[in-house]
Amino acid sequence: MKLTLMVFSIGIPLAAADSCIDCHSVLEGSLQAPAKSFANDVHARFGLSCADCHGGNRSETDPEAAMSKAHGFVGKIPRTAVPDRCAHCHSDARFMEKYKPRQRVDQLAQYKTSVHGKRLASGDLKVATCIDCHSVHDIRDVKNPLSPVHPLRLPETCARCHADKAHMAGYKLTTDQFASYRKSVHWQALAERGDLSAPSCASCHGNHGAQPPGVGSVAAVCGTCHVMMEDLYKKSPHEPVFAAMGAAGCVVCHSNHEIRPPSVAMLAGPTAVCSQCHDAASAGGMAAAEMSRQITSLEKALARSDEILATAQQSGMEVSEALLRQREGRENLVKAAVAVHAFRAAAVQKPVKEGLAIAAETYQAGVGALEERRFRRLGLSVSLIVIALTLLGLRLAIRSIEGGSTKTSSIAER
Amino acid sequence: MEARRRNLIRWLLGGGFSASLASFLYPAFKFMNPPEVPEASVNEVSAGRVQDLKPNTGKIVKFGSLPVLLVRTAETEWRAFSAVCTHLNCTVQFQESSRQIWCACHNGLYNLNGQVVSGPPPHPLEPYSVHVRGDEIVISRRA
Amino acid sequence: MASTPEPSPTPGWFEERIGLRSIRAFLAHKTVPVHAGTLWYYFGGVTLFLFVIQVLTGTLLLLYYRPSAAEAYESVQFIMTRVQFGWLIRSIHSWSANLMIFSAFIHMFSVVFLRAFRRPRELTWFSGIGLLGLALAFGFSGYLLPWNTVSYFATKVGTDMAAAVPVVGRNLARFLRGGNDVGGATLTRFFGFHVAVLPGATTLLLLAHLALVQKHGMSSPQWAVDDYGRKGQPVPQMPFFPNFFLRELMAWYAALGTLGFLAAVLPWELGVKADPFAPAPAGIRPEWYFLAPFFTLKLIPSHIWVFEGELVGLLGFGLLAVWWVALPFWATDRQGHERTRWVTGAGVALLAYLASFSALGYWR
Repeated sequence: MKLTLMVFSIGIPLAAADSCIDCHSVLEGSLQAPAKSFANDVHARFGLSCADCHGGNRSETDPEAAMSKAHGFVGKIPRTAVPDRCAHCHSDARFMEKYKPRQRVDQLAQYKTSVHGKRLASGDLKVATCIDCHSVHDIRDVKNPLSPVHPLRLPETCARCHADKAHMAGYKLTTDQFASYRKSVHWQALAERGDLSAPSCASCHGNHGAQPPGVGSVAAVCGTCHVMMEDLYKKSPHEPVFAAMGAAGCVVCHSNHEIRPPSVAMLAGPTAVCSQCHDAASAGGMAAAEMSRQITSLEKALARSDEILATAQQSGMEVSEALLRQREGRENLVKAAVAVHAFRAAAVQKPVKEGLAIAAETYQAGVGALEERRFRRLGLSVSLIVIALTLLGLRLAIRSIEGGSTKTSSIAER
Repeated sequence: MEARRRNLIRWLLGGGFSASLASFLYPAFKFMNPPEVPEASVNEVSAGRVQDLKPNTGKIVKFGSLPVLLVRTAETEWRAFSAVCTHLNCTVQFQESSRQIWCACHNGLYNLNGQVVSGPPPHPLEPYSVHVRGDEIVISRRA
Repeated sequence: MASTPEPSPTPGWFEERIGLRSIRAFLAHKTVPVHAGTLWYYFGGVTLFLFVIQVLTGTLLLLYYRPSAAEAYESVQFIMTRVQFGWLIRSIHSWSANLMIFSAFIHMFSVVFLRAFRRPRELTWFSGIGLLGLALAFGFSGYLLPWNTVSYFATKVGTDMAAAVPVVGRNLARFLRGGNDVGGATLTRFFGFHVAVLPGATTLLLLAHLALVQKHGMSSPQWAVDDYGRKGQPVPQMPFFPNFFLRELMAWYAALGTLGFLAAVLPWELGVKADPFAPAPAGIRPEWYFLAPFFTLKLIPSHIWVFEGELVGLLGFGLLAVWWVALPFWATDRQGHERTRWVTGAGVALLAYLASFSALGYWR
């Protein structure tokens, strides 16, 4: 069979005989469907066909000969055999070189280390195999937006099993991850802004080596993008404490799937995270309150400048430079939010101070713009008065020339 | 009565005409008077003196309305790029340890040709030209 | 009534060299008819006044504006923010352009409804239509100069339409754009049109237009002639100088006040610098004076019988223009009787079309 597969896998686009497709496309129901959808499959583009996975001989028109065991026909591939079947080509570097030289060939090896792979090996047929994520018979490139593993569709693909209570019964896992993730700032970036670099399930959990994360690994994952936060956190008093508790660093405050946009509400107030451990009177509690106060003061100052600049701009004043400076002010707000991860009020104070100085500057620019507006309107009023007086003078002049009346007879000359 | 009326008209008209003439000429002459900064620095910006930037360091320079990153890669080699990260518009910086351009927001990395090395940025950084005139560094837009 | 001035004992210094007495005498005798429609006679002068405003403010802007894709937007921003009273000069220039074109349309329609195009004033009508065309060209070329998103894409749409003209379309579009696409070459070219070619052509045509108006005097509509004729009187006239001129001055001052108000309270926006690589924002449309044909073309289906819809539209506009220019010829029949109802009907129809389609183009 291996020989058969090799012979038919040379990959010469055979425009000629494909008896599998020819016969099956005129059948009905589930026997017809694969033949119809194969046209969309990326393998079809490279001249591969049914026989390359299922065995058999595509050039034989007689069904018995085409689907004979002698030609290595396997028929429906059992679930436990799927990964090995795919890997037959996809783990062969020499073979894949001919089609996609830069594609990885370690997917099966990775898969075998994963929970899905290990459970499949022990006979659990409910776990995901290659075809559950990548689809079958109409497998598309990952970059194709219609592919179930395209970044925008991946979460719902994972959710097909992981959000299904019935399917997940018997495993020690919750089924709320997808619902939570959809409320997160990462999904917002992905779905609403179209930022394909934003993390989805595979970004943190891996795609083939789908390991459930332990304590150390999640903190490591967040830090691949959020470097500055991780740096500060590692030097902060929280790191050894959480590590000793066996708690997963970032997840303690930010959650793992439902990662909401951060705000001062996390530091102080009814929904605060800090107060879950720290008393208000404790050092930690006071630090949290102070950091919240600092950041709020900068937010308020920037909002005040925004307001006055918006008023100025709406009345047509040119405030583009001040608006640019506001941008720098907001950058300081971001820096302050990052500095929170040192968990010391002094660290937050530095960017807040700079931001407040910028906000004061832009506010003054707004005041200046409104002053200019007042000056222009004053100038306009003066000139309108002058014009009105001139119009009056002209009217009187006309009246006096025409003898005090504007009747036709008096102005008519002849 | 008639004389007073004619006088009033003469005053209104004369005053009105001269006032309106003045109100045209005044802004016009003020307009023609060149302002403090004689022109918008659009194509070129002075980025300080050669001595002020050490080799293998970088600094942010304001170019028109946006920041530009100036990097002195060697004694006589200068590079400049738009400092606006192509991911979410944070301001990038020169990372001396790795000799790369780094964005602190989400760990995006660019090489010294402005191309994306790793991280979320989708596009490379726009390059600018750098010339040294005497001991003055001048950054200008690429043609 | 002005008495004949006594000749001065010796001709003055200027009189001897320039000799303006004949002009002064001419002006002293120029009259304007007085009837219910006299109000409309001011609009020619108002258009001229606004044109002079354009020349003055435009010349001032020339001191700072830079006609290259890299600098145009920034130079306008510089004028608006750094140059003293730059905001005033620029906003007046932009608003006055619109008011001038609006006034020109009013002037044209009042000429139609008062029948001022009749023999022997056909050439005046032709030169006037030519001036209207030049005013629209001024508007189109000037609109691109600030080089912001709206002006860039409006120019793209406009020159695309030129390309749709049969036979000469492609070359015409290339000529306008200075290349195959709208870009820096287009900007420099439009600048050249706007400050040199068009002003030169306008000056010549304007002098011709004004000379013809002086030569033929001010016409009176037939109904006024008939009305007064029944009373056995000619149409009453008022002296141009000083009576009509003082009134004209009032109109000019009113226009000035309007411009000042608009510039101070509704300043012209700067917009966002044009980025040719960005996709066109939704709802791009040309300035209001091009909205009627623009919206008409949008409504036309892509194919009418075997012809491309756009082609049919452009052909339609061309025929409409030719027919409109030829108005003095078809307005009277061979016997010399005026086709009153036709002319009034045509004027009302065109006005209604332009007004309604401009409104539709603005709000749809």
